[in-house]
Amino acid sequence: MSFKNFTQKNSHKIAPYIFIAPNIIVFMVFMIIPILFTFYIGMTEWSILGTPEFTGLNNYERMFSDPVFWRSLVNTFYYTAGTVPFSVFLGLLGAVLLNQKKIPFRPFFRAVFFAPVVVSMVAAGLIWTWIFNPNYGLANIIYSYFNVESVNWLSTPELAMPALILTTLWLRIGYSLVIYLAGLQAVPGELYEAAEIDGANTWQKFWKITIPMVKPTTTFVAIMEVIHGFMVFDLIYVMTNGGPGFSTTVIVQYIYQKAFTEGEMGYASTLATAFFFIILLLTLIQLRMGREK
Amino acid sequence: MMEKSEALQYKENGKTRKSISYGKSGLIKKSIIFIILSIVSFIFLIPFIWMLSTALKSPSELVASTTSFIPDELVWSNFLDALNAAPFLGYLGNSLIVSVSAVILAVFLNCLAGFAFAKYNFKGRDVLFIIVLCTLMIPVQITMIPNFYILKQLDWLNTYAGLVIPRTAEAFGLFLARQYILSIPNSLIEAARIDGAGEFKIFYKLILPNIKPLIGVLIIFNFMWRWNELIWPLIVVSDERMYTVQLGLAMLKGEHYVDWTQLMALTTMSIIPIMLVFLFFQRYFIKGLVTSGMK
Repeated sequence: MSFKNFTQKNSHKIAPYIFIAPNIIVFMVFMIIPILFTFYIGMTEWSILGTPEFTGLNNYERMFSDPVFWRSLVNTFYYTAGTVPFSVFLGLLGAVLLNQKKIPFRPFFRAVFFAPVVVSMVAAGLIWTWIFNPNYGLANIIYSYFNVESVNWLSTPELAMPALILTTLWLRIGYSLVIYLAGLQAVPGELYEAAEIDGANTWQKFWKITIPMVKPTTTFVAIMEVIHGFMVFDLIYVMTNGGPGFSTTVIVQYIYQKAFTEGEMGYASTLATAFFFIILLLTLIQLRMGREK
Repeated sequence: MMEKSEALQYKENGKTRKSISYGKSGLIKKSIIFIILSIVSFIFLIPFIWMLSTALKSPSELVASTTSFIPDELVWSNFLDALNAAPFLGYLGNSLIVSVSAVILAVFLNCLAGFAFAKYNFKGRDVLFIIVLCTLMIPVQITMIPNFYILKQLDWLNTYAGLVIPRTAEAFGLFLARQYILSIPNSLIEAARIDGAGEFKIFYKLILPNIKPLIGVLIIFNFMWRWNELIWPLIVVSDERMYTVQLGLAMLKGEHYVDWTQLMALTTMSIIPIMLVFLFFQRYFIKGLVTSGMK
């Protein structure tokens, strides 16, 4: 074996480790180790200034009897259930309309619907906070037009979450619309032609052909939107900060608040651990759904 | 005309089928759809118009008893006033530094590691890759408490390093890079090796030029993620001089007195860079979304 061959064979073996090293080190230090540490800190009493004190499962006992924790879970489900079906269905509807042959300005429409998707949640939250402003907001114009008394959506417990959901729909419909547009390309045109010959109307074609044919896309979009729903933070942080009361407190925001506003690192980690297992469960469900399709 | 274009389309598809005549009802249907789309897209644009309209209102008009949709006079100087009132240019600068360096670092490291995971057999490869994949679904909130302490120990709080480096561990990018590089034929790599190319040279001269579309998608998405991100800067940064655009905006809103003309002017300026990226690279954007489901 020549020397050149020898080094080449060696470099072939060493190179991959060098190539993955920077990535893996960052992963270990800022992802894997923190996850494990979160589990541990969750079993301690730790205020932001002191040192952690091991307390076993005390925090978990506290969590299960913490009404705000349960409230935050309910709110997370509420937000997700309020956003996902609408953004999925309206996205599909928009995509079907846009997908008609020879609609003028199609690229323009698509760009308009998609534009909010690239806007940051912070910017969107600010714009919509100002839209909902009870004194000078855009909603005010609408109220005075219909002669209704102005309502402060964001500071009314029953209306704050619907306001967040509305904002989210503006932000997210473009996403599902674009994915559906791609999904619709895969539906063979012959199906529609055959249905037309059989005398099916537009509505029947939509329910009997389009919806079944884009089912894989629907699964995919729904999964992405559920993930988004469970992890929403910025929008709520900017628009309501969980209020009024705890009416819009969701789980990720509660974790943040406990840790960095109230300095309860131990208990916040308990909540984070619980959230980790909720995410795990969600992932397993998803994998199952993905396999079914 | 309708009939002709329909017929043409069938021809293009290489199918010989009698064209279906939609006639008048087809035209009416299309007009209705067009009108619906126009109305809905106007509704979608309203928040943007409202943002601009507020940014250009005079303070007296902003608090007038009747709210107007389009301002009577356009006060462009609001933008300058807003820039003077808040150190927003500094925030913009920070965001640019963070986003651009994060893009360069993340794209390079993801492609490099993706190459190794795709084209080498080494011990622990599959285990490591599965571990990385498992973190796909983990949001920042689960790791942020230990990360805060790790960054504190490293003295990385309030630094660009703290803002950029931890976020380069991006499972989506790595996953995508590996998938894409898998499709490059092994024979090309073998041929380069026989020609005496070193391993890094293979990556640099052979792999990188062959994955340009992937790099385009990764650049755009990493830029968008980092530009729009709030939670990470919120944890890492407390010094106002290190605020990013999103953090600065969120903090301005949290102040007791909020000047909404100025805040909307700043919001407008915060959206412009990402909108430009979107408009210029729209195709990559949508392609990336569709093929990977990122965002």
